[in-house]
Amino acid sequence: MDISDLDSQKLDVLTEIGNIGAGNAATALSKLLGKKVEMNVPKAEVLGFREVAGLLGGAELPVACVLLSVDGDLKGIIMFILECSAARGLLDMLLTFRCEENGMLFTELEVSALKEIGNILASSYISALSTLTGLRAMPSVPDFAVDMAGAILSVPAIEFGKTGDSVLFIKTEFFEGSNRVAGNFLLVPFVESYNVLLKALGVITDE
Amino acid sequence: MNSVTVGMADLNVLKHPGVLVTLGLGSCVGIALYDRRTKVIGLAHIMLPYSYQAKNNSNIAKFADTAIYKLVEEMEKLGAHRASIVAKLAGGAQMFAFESSNELMRIGYRNAAAAREILEQLGIPVVAEDTGGNYGRTIELYSDTGKLRIKTIGHGIREI
Repeated sequence: MDISDLDSQKLDVLTEIGNIGAGNAATALSKLLGKKVEMNVPKAEVLGFREVAGLLGGAELPVACVLLSVDGDLKGIIMFILECSAARGLLDMLLTFRCEENGMLFTELEVSALKEIGNILASSYISALSTLTGLRAMPSVPDFAVDMAGAILSVPAIEFGKTGDSVLFIKTEFFEGSNRVAGNFLLVPFVESYNVLLKALGVITDE
Repeated sequence: MNSVTVGMADLNVLKHPGVLVTLGLGSCVGIALYDRRTKVIGLAHIMLPYSYQAKNNSNIAKFADTAIYKLVEEMEKLGAHRASIVAKLAGGAQMFAFESSNELMRIGYRNAAAAREILEQLGIPVVAEDTGGNYGRTIELYSDTGKLRIKTIGHGIREI
């Protein structure tokens, strides 16, 4: 199956996957922070390369990103992306002390905390997906970068560039009401996993 | 001044006066060409090294090899002469450590290497380069002097 074979019905199913995964992840984040965490309705979107950078509000927007690769029956990338100010807000809620401010950069401890949040979110998301589909999927250790949104999003885009000219993102927005912390959770399943996923959910049968 | 933005897997050329810009290069490489005589400039934002290694290679601006050939051709249409074209490269970073552990391995490095190889085949000298590292870059190519301005987050601004 190719990315162009994803019709609106299949995209709806992928959106629902996002819903179940992200719902579980939001609960985990809420427990971690001891605060109510809300999420928007996930969206499965197929974007051309020229639209990719706009997914998060501009190619040059500085963002903090926790990235994990997913391997097993299901292959892809998971990214938890926040604007730098939102990442600061999240750290303020999680850490009882405030690290020294140094602009957009984060201290080692802060990076470690953000990675752990990404790790918990990704694991909850993937575990809900595994339970639902019966597919085996393992997230890698988390990796972290603070950089321009365009440069960060080029990582999944390049992977998709080998086979086509667009990328499928299953995007969910999280936000914590009172402190206005918002983040985006992106599941980017690789093309080879579409069949596997849709078959496991009974949307398509063996050809 | 005429400023044109080049997207991901995209290329463009223009005649003096003007600026070509591409935003947020990660592992992608920005290939900036400048004809010293006619001040025609060209910029490509490539994602992958060689078109023959990909299953779908219809988008010529996506690959270093096909993009460079196309860029030179388009510049020649605007009056540029290949003999006076010089090149500058930027980008080719490794944004995440995980990339080194799977087949995306060192794609930034491979992109830059492919660009150098193709430019050499065409006899176009690479006069300056700002590639590698683990951070993104925005670049602006100016037609008056062929200078390439590189902006980063946390790694300064420079001109090459």
